Amino acid sequence: MDEPAFRRIARFVSPVDRGFAAVVYGGSALFAVLIVGLFIELVLGSWPSLRAFGPSFIWKSAWDPVASKFGALPMIYGTVVTSFIAILLASFVGIMAAVFLADFAPRWIAAPLSFLIELLAAVPSVVYGLWGLFVLAPLVRTTIGPVLQHLLGWTPLFAGPIYGVGLLTAGIILALMIVPTVTAISRDVIAAIPRDLREASMALGSTKWETATRVVLPAARVGIFGACVLGLGRALGETIAVTMVIGNRPEISASLFAPSYTLASVIANEFTEATSAVYISALIELGLILFVVSIVVNAVARLMIWSVRGSRA
Amino acid sequence: MTASATPAIAPPETVLATDDLSAYYGTHQAVGNVSIAFRRQAITALIGPSGCGKTTLLRCLNRIHELAFDACVSGRVLFDNADIYEWGTDPMAIRRRIGMVFQRPNPFPTLSILDNAVAAGGRRLNRRAKLEVAERALRAAALWDEVKDKLSRSPLQLSGGQQQRLCIARAVAAEPDVLLMDEPTASLDPIATAVIEELMASLANQFTLVAVTHNMQQAARVSDVAAFMLADESRTGRLIEVDDTAKLFTKPSDRRTEDYITGRFG
Ligand SMILES: Nc1ncnc2c1ncn2[C@@H]1O[C@H](COP(=O)(O)OP(=O)(O)O)[C@@H](O)[C@H]1O
Ligand SMILES: [Mg+2]
Repeated sequence: MDEPAFRRIARFVSPVDRGFAAVVYGGSALFAVLIVGLFIELVLGSWPSLRAFGPSFIWKSAWDPVASKFGALPMIYGTVVTSFIAILLASFVGIMAAVFLADFAPRWIAAPLSFLIELLAAVPSVVYGLWGLFVLAPLVRTTIGPVLQHLLGWTPLFAGPIYGVGLLTAGIILALMIVPTVTAISRDVIAAIPRDLREASMALGSTKWETATRVVLPAARVGIFGACVLGLGRALGETIAVTMVIGNRPEISASLFAPSYTLASVIANEFTEATSAVYISALIELGLILFVVSIVVNAVARLMIWSVRGSRA
Repeated sequence: MTASATPAIAPPETVLATDDLSAYYGTHQAVGNVSIAFRRQAITALIGPSGCGKTTLLRCLNRIHELAFDACVSGRVLFDNADIYEWGTDPMAIRRRIGMVFQRPNPFPTLSILDNAVAAGGRRLNRRAKLEVAERALRAAALWDEVKDKLSRSPLQLSGGQQQRLCIARAVAAEPDVLLMDEPTASLDPIATAVIEELMASLANQFTLVAVTHNMQQAARVSDVAAFMLADESRTGRLIEVDDTAKLFTKPSDRRTEDYITGRFG
């Protein structure tokens, strides 16, 4: 009568499982500690600069180590503009390629092509940088730049002298570097859209193209957007290839042909020659800004991709 | 209602027919040498155990089968006495005239209920015309009263049965001649199933229906004609028998049909 309705069941957990759990939790904790530790380290390192310049560091545009004047705006501007060019080009090309691979290409083309695209992601960035310096930069100076200027020279974006190295060249290189990421993830996301939906559209008499653009891409949009943001995250932090083709001048100019600087490339370029404590500290603060922005962008991207593709990114 | 004297390829009350139709996935023949005529404004049920090629046969009728990797077809499918597999026939045009409803409700998740209903060519309509087309289709699918106040909502908020009726509305809005249904109630509860079955009966006043089901009670309840399929030793689906539903379920002429409907296998 007064038997309890439920009885607690003692759970037996084997020592091996306990040990395994400890390793797994320990491992995850380690990564969390690493990220937090890095953040603290960066804050400590940039403390002199934080104290000296305060928040105005972010919107001051003078970068003059000799006069000990440091402002991050030109690098923030360079980073944002090159990443934006990159993501604009890469998302267009990458999404088209993903649609082609997932829905149009016959298997004997799609499989090797996917493989090649993923290989492209494995090319070291310094190789992209070399190519950018010796092939793309001259091409921008002699062909791409003049053509763009001829067509769009009336906008400040494409006015002014064309050096070859500069924002546009860096943006194109970055686009090349992130296109594999955008393509591969978008393709996975598109492939995860149920076949039912495609067939529903085809059964209404739509073409494959209509099906891809009106049914499949809208259904996959969150994941594709995530793929693009992930690419953006990579573009923001990319260092060596950009350093080789951006011209390395801490200036803000409207023209995309002008040389510029990014957060990552200024750190790579100037860290070894930074002499004063505040100079080093200012560079570390640039690193701190880049770190925070990259973590946020990547977290957002992963969450968006997971939400559509299931948690295996 | 007997065949007229005109020497047509198929009798006039036949709107759709197959002639020695076989369907393959790569080298696997899933449907073998099926010849069957579907009567105008009647409901033909395709019955048979799972894997006997019912879905494949149905998908050959509107040229959706060929979307599968490695799929191919031999034989003819006559629609208004013309072979839809004739070289040069536009499969898109065929699909607009032979609509399809799938086993699982598959409304377009990113479109509103309204836009789902008019998905077949409704984009170029203005809002008033869209509403008109949608209302007609949704009424035909017995869904209008349930969704008329939430036409701009997502179809994913609807129940499974409502989603399936939305898919029926979507197919009906294209004003096809034939509606193919692949186990349209397989994923629904008994009440939603009853609603759809009733709907099928009313749709048959206007369309020619071909419905796959592996539920024999359903076939007996809703169909006018029933066709029994069975896979042979090489897993190729064969048409065993076609007859008026009442006849097929009471006096089947083939032993295998009798075994199946009396539940001795399948
Ligand atoms: N996409 C496909 N690729 C290869 N084989 C398939 C495919 N779809 C179905 N089949 C095969 O074709 C046969 C008939 O399947 P199907 O038409 O779905 O049967 P039913 O609808 O009667 O259950 C089965 O043997 C099945 O394994
Ligand atoms: Mg089936």
